[in-house]
Amino acid sequence: MIQTLLQQIINGLVVGSVYAVVALGYTMVYGILGLINFAHGDIVMVGALTALSSILFLQEAIPGLPPVIYFLFGLLVAIPVCMAVGYTMERAAYRRLRNAPRLAPLITAIGVSFLLQTLAMIIWGRSYHSYPQLISTAPLQIFTGVFVTPVQLLTIGLSAALMLALVVLVTRTKLGRAMRATAENHRIAGLMGVDTNRIIALTFIIGSGLAAVAGVMIASNYGVAHYSMGFTPGIKAFTAAVLGGIGNLAGAMVGGVVLGLIEAIGAGYIETWTGGWLNSSYQDIFAFIILGIVLIFRPTGLLGERVADRA
Amino acid sequence: MLIWGAPTMLVKDVSPLLRLRDVKIAYGQIQAVKGIDLELHAGELVSLIGANGAGKTTTLNAIAGTLPLAGGALTYCDEDIAALPAHKRLRAGIALVPEGRGIFTRLTVEENLRMGAYSRSDDAEIEADMENVYRMLPRVKERLAQVAGTLSGGEQQMLAIGRALLSRPKLLLLDEPSMGLAPLVVEKIFEVVQTVLKQGMTVLLVEQNATLALEFSQRAYVMDGGKITLSGTGEELLRNPKVREAYLGEAV
Ligand SMILES: Nc1ncnc2c1ncn2[C@@H]1O[C@H](COP(=O)(O)OP(=O)(O)OP(=O)(O)O)[C@@H](O)[C@H]1O
Ligand SMILES: [Mg+2]
Repeated sequence: MIQTLLQQIINGLVVGSVYAVVALGYTMVYGILGLINFAHGDIVMVGALTALSSILFLQEAIPGLPPVIYFLFGLLVAIPVCMAVGYTMERAAYRRLRNAPRLAPLITAIGVSFLLQTLAMIIWGRSYHSYPQLISTAPLQIFTGVFVTPVQLLTIGLSAALMLALVVLVTRTKLGRAMRATAENHRIAGLMGVDTNRIIALTFIIGSGLAAVAGVMIASNYGVAHYSMGFTPGIKAFTAAVLGGIGNLAGAMVGGVVLGLIEAIGAGYIETWTGGWLNSSYQDIFAFIILGIVLIFRPTGLLGERVADRA
Repeated sequence: MLIWGAPTMLVKDVSPLLRLRDVKIAYGQIQAVKGIDLELHAGELVSLIGANGAGKTTTLNAIAGTLPLAGGALTYCDEDIAALPAHKRLRAGIALVPEGRGIFTRLTVEENLRMGAYSRSDDAEIEADMENVYRMLPRVKERLAQVAGTLSGGEQQMLAIGRALLSRPKLLLLDEPSMGLAPLVVEKIFEVVQTVLKQGMTVLLVEQNATLALEFSQRAYVMDGGKITLSGTGEELLRNPKVREAYLGEAV
């Protein structure tokens, strides 16, 4: 019994840490522009598929290197590519809608999402690609009956490192201070000498870089990649951001991990709880039930209060 | 009350630091400023007074670059700055303490001050200037780690001024710094204005408290309905019956 629980906690942390990394991208853009960038999930997909192509390219060009080198190469190509896509998206689509009614950028975001998926379909085709298992997926037993794979450990470790780096950037650096100032008031930030267009572009770039890593981690964990693979993690990460309190960095991280844990634990027990009526493929309902409950009692999300004027 | 001491310089053969020529500013179809001329010379304190809705804030915002011109010319240091975005004007030396103070309420007091120095990279000098601001505004220093949204109105105004000074501006634009503040705090603010003028800064002051502003200013402009209706030295305007009636609350 306790093994199932521990196992599901580990699985939940893996999924949750990826949600958290993606949720940060949603929440940063929302914090600075009040925009829900529905295309953010598709950046995750672009990251996974770009890494895939670069890995296959390098394996062909220089065979026989240690697998981790191919993996790192994939990441190092995917991150700048996603950053460029994120930047282009802001520059070409959202910037000119900065002062438009709220609905216009939202619809545009959905359009950008379709556009990215269509482009990906043209580039990578409609089929599912098997993802090279460069980081071992052989389970290691940590307790009797409780397993963790190296790729899971890497996912948690890398996500934690990225989150820490982002928190340091936002809370401790001049750039982070300018990001927070811009999020609070574009006009006043401009009066302080902040080029707010640059700060907003950087926010998209940073969020997209995080999404690239998340995409590679997701594909490495599941062993497949596909042009529409960004949709589900995108929706889940958005849910996580709302759960934690959208616009709030700590909220996105807590929301992501909480959502991952709820899903995993729910998936582990749903069959027992419903006497076999529902099975683990219904795990998604937990996320949304919990989201509903949280929003009824705390409309600003778990940590949403922190964005209030008086902290 | 302190009377502004420096004599008015009457002969100006040098070109002005800031010059507005037939400046028009509009909000959509509504013209808020309908063609004004205004000049500021280096080292001057000039005030802009006028009734509510006259267009004073609009004018300051257009000088600082947060509102576009609908017509006319804006030159600063002999350069046309009408097309420069606000952040570049700040870098060129124009700092605005906006109406309502514009404090970043979620940042700490210290972070707000450091935002003022955002455009600078001379770290040692920034620290020295921070110390200067603390000396000038001791109440700010006691609250450095506090979230700025929790400051009192007067403290926020001090913070807003200190923050603007940290950019080391040549031209400081103050939009109703005394609004809603107790007389002692107002006096403190005018002391600070006096100090920065001594350091060679140029100040354009918008004030509801016209008596105070005119007493301190070398020159002043009176604005009404989007136009400049009167201008002159502070003393002249203080003596002007129209001004006394309309802005100093006196029956003539
Ligand atoms: N954002 C805006 N949109 C439309 N009209 C505006 C806007 N801001 C100001 N106005 C109008 O422009 C005119 C000038 O306003 P402004 O704020 O410049 O006046 P002011 O002289 O600063 O007044 P006060 O002393 O009350 O601050 C007013 O008629 C005002 O209603
Ligand atoms: Mg005003």
